[in-house]
Amino acid sequence: MTYLAKPKFHHPELPKNALGYTHRDYEGTVSTLCAGCGHDSITAAIIQACFELSIEPHRVAKISGIGCSSKTPTYFLGNSHGFNSVHGRMPAVLTGANLANRDLIYLGVSGDGDSASIGLGQFAHCLRRGVNMVYIVENNGVYGLTKGQFSATADRGSKSKRGFINTDNSIDLVAMALQLGASFVARSFSGDKEQLVPIIKAAIAHRGAAFIDIISPCVAFNNHAGSTKSFDFVREHNEAVSRLDFISSRMPIEVKYAPGTVEVVQQHDGSKLALRKLAADYELHDRTAALGFLQHHAAKGQIVTGLLYVEQEAEDLHAHLRTVNTPLNALGEKELCPGHAALDKFNASLR
Amino acid sequence: MPTASPISRVNDFVIRFANVNGSGSASANEMFARAVMRMGVPVAPRNIFPSNIQGLPTWYEVRVSEAGHLGARGGTDLMVAMNPQTFDRDIAGVEPGGYLFYDSTKPLPPSKFREDITVIGVPLTAICNREYTDARERQLFKNIIYIGALTALLDIDVKVVEQLIGEQYKGKDKLIEPNIKALHIGRDYAVLNLQCPLGIKLKRANAVGDRIFIEGNSAAALGALFGGATVCAWYPITPSSSLADAFTRHCAKFRVDSESKRAKYAIIQAEDELASIGIVIGAGWNGARAFTATSGPGISLMQEFIGLAYFAEIPAVLFDVQRAGPSTGMPTRTQQCDITSCVYASHGDTKHVLLFPDDPSEAFDFSAQAFDLADRLQTPIFVMLDLDIGMNHHLAKPLSWDDARKYDRGKVTTAAELDAGKDFGRYLDVDGDGIPYRTYPGTHPTKGSFFTRGTSHDRYARYTEEGAPYVDNMQRLIRKLETAKDMVPRPLIATAGRPTEYGVLYFGSTAPAMDEAIHMIEARGHALDRMRIRAFPFHSSVNSFVADHDFVFVVEQNRDAQLRSLIVNECGIDPVRLVPILHYDGTPITARFIAKAIGDHLDKLTVKPMKVTS
Repeated sequence: MTYLAKPKFHHPELPKNALGYTHRDYEGTVSTLCAGCGHDSITAAIIQACFELSIEPHRVAKISGIGCSSKTPTYFLGNSHGFNSVHGRMPAVLTGANLANRDLIYLGVSGDGDSASIGLGQFAHCLRRGVNMVYIVENNGVYGLTKGQFSATADRGSKSKRGFINTDNSIDLVAMALQLGASFVARSFSGDKEQLVPIIKAAIAHRGAAFIDIISPCVAFNNHAGSTKSFDFVREHNEAVSRLDFISSRMPIEVKYAPGTVEVVQQHDGSKLALRKLAADYELHDRTAALGFLQHHAAKGQIVTGLLYVEQEAEDLHAHLRTVNTPLNALGEKELCPGHAALDKFNASLR
Repeated sequence: MPTASPISRVNDFVIRFANVNGSGSASANEMFARAVMRMGVPVAPRNIFPSNIQGLPTWYEVRVSEAGHLGARGGTDLMVAMNPQTFDRDIAGVEPGGYLFYDSTKPLPPSKFREDITVIGVPLTAICNREYTDARERQLFKNIIYIGALTALLDIDVKVVEQLIGEQYKGKDKLIEPNIKALHIGRDYAVLNLQCPLGIKLKRANAVGDRIFIEGNSAAALGALFGGATVCAWYPITPSSSLADAFTRHCAKFRVDSESKRAKYAIIQAEDELASIGIVIGAGWNGARAFTATSGPGISLMQEFIGLAYFAEIPAVLFDVQRAGPSTGMPTRTQQCDITSCVYASHGDTKHVLLFPDDPSEAFDFSAQAFDLADRLQTPIFVMLDLDIGMNHHLAKPLSWDDARKYDRGKVTTAAELDAGKDFGRYLDVDGDGIPYRTYPGTHPTKGSFFTRGTSHDRYARYTEEGAPYVDNMQRLIRKLETAKDMVPRPLIATAGRPTEYGVLYFGSTAPAMDEAIHMIEARGHALDRMRIRAFPFHSSVNSFVADHDFVFVVEQNRDAQLRSLIVNECGIDPVRLVPILHYDGTPITARFIAKAIGDHLDKLTVKPMKVTS
């Protein structure tokens, strides 16, 4: 089996979004991952988020590296251009693509091996630059395709399926993203669609570098007792700081919230994030506090999830570079080439 | 009086300045070279510098040649020895009958000098100490003072240098007067105390024409700008950094929208070479013209991505400003040593398109053309410069551009074509030339999207590990390279005045030395047809050139005869017929070296057996 097409027919009563698409229009080919893989739930959440946002599928470019997670872009948004690049290098390819055409939505999909080991440098630098994108890490703490080696996000003291204990410290990508200046940082769990879908929607609407670390258990190699990335462990230790409702700019706020329990965050495109705080002391716009909160709970063995930080007035790389509004790939000779006369003048200055 | 008779030549000599890196000598020495050009005499300066910011020895060699020989010649006629560290070896490098100019403030024992050269002492330090109190001024003006002395010694029109000072400090006008004063301090000292001019001297001529004085890296960067590059991603590395710097400068001048003041370009100084080429590939995939500038070590780091661009067929332009390898090698010395690593870059079966410009003017042309080729062929294009072309000023043909020229964006399927029902397969060879059609991301809501991957794929870009579609794809990639043979710049042939069984192949920065050497070889009684290779894959005329001669010399600047190996490998030629002429000590190849190596070889071939007398 090398390629599986999905049947195109669907139930005529399937709900349609503002563009008249059903969620089937946001699907890709059939997943070739293991049955029960957390990554497939993330794929479903991305499909759901794009469907609900009524995004034109072809306005998304989905870019990945190498690994189980990086295979997933084939399984969603079949009408989008996709690019399965090289190991750990999604961020560079995405940055280049983004520079070429600022008008598309860039969805970078990576894994913990791809981003925390071989691609740690690129992970860091694309966040530093503020590339306008949604950067998703499907984090299972393990190398699946090569059969169960620890990755750099595996917690110290956790046990591999073969019984080895990890003695190296783990890398917390969320903490790094906060430190590196990502303007939207969240962590979620593939098993919590209610939390995940609104976070993905909010990240897409965010202008700037949005990073989502999604704990996504590997059913084949990292779902046993002693693992800290198993379904059971994550469910037991999940410390959600908030529940998020994403309200697009076209929709009025319909849900009524009890006063004082909800913080409404306005995004640059007019969309709003309504956060129901679960941790009363959580401050959403304070990087330092977010880092402290994370580390405090990590020390207690808890996994903090939810939208952890957002910078409302974030700028992206194009703003830093002061590029023109027209996508660079749409400029032609007229805009780009100074021509013969300018060259003659240049020649004259060199004599 | 020297024991050898002093060299006496007008508009034909080599002067070498020996300085300490970071002493401010570079701009003074460059001004000297410009003064020669302004007097209408062709000039070829070469900066020989260390991988260092301050303190190590540096040299600046200026070849003056009214006959127009712009390659390195070898040997020094006048040594301006300003660096005590290298004094002894600098003197040793002077031609018999040559001249030594030195700072005579501190007396040196006669054993420090040679008897067969003319020694000219100027107490530069003493003069500076007398004229200036500030330590930095003493250092900087010392450089201008020796230039002043040289104007008298070499009969250079001092007005020309004064004008150059005015141009150099335009906008910083208060620096003009003190520099002109320093110039005259030096000149006056020479006129009063020394015999002026020397046997070697300048005379106004009209041999420069409309040529311009430019570094290859700057010309290549401007070619990229004219060629429509909008994305540049790079990582600093000698000797290519000045290409990205020049692109930044040119863009600030030519690519800022006049109304919005916003940039019609994006330049990223990336975190490393892997990210640089990744950004270029991402931008190329998304329909922008993108490039990186690097050198050998950067090419080594980019290997995996280059293979991806080859296999997934993504346009990319790479400037490799070559320096001496292997490893860190000699970062500030020139070589043509990345031919093999670029042609076959990355694992698996790969083959790439390489362009070999020979000077800044051609670097401009090939640079702009590289973007058309990258889009047309949907593959990485390597523009092979080297430190000699890239970082030295060269007297070159003016850059030219035809305003009627349109960018060739290659085979791009549009939304309208998709709506009209065109069958789109990303890797479908519709035209039989091996080049498929592509769509830019975001073209059409429901048609024409595809998944780009480095894994094996069929004609419709679908993942497959089946043998037949894999072979089908690999065969098409070879067809595409065949197509490229007639698209890339053709080799240039210069035939000898009379029929000959011998030929020579060369490329890139070897050209000026080769063109000069041919006269020296002819003077030894030999005839040689010449072919300058300008691109890979090789045009069929390369095969016929070799076939038409008994022996062909292949002149190149690396140890392993990389171009020769490529010809043997790709043209299926018996290696015995290709004689390697190799120069790889990090200095630019010289006419003297080529003429001797080829001349000696041909002498042996033409030896007639002695008559046996009984």
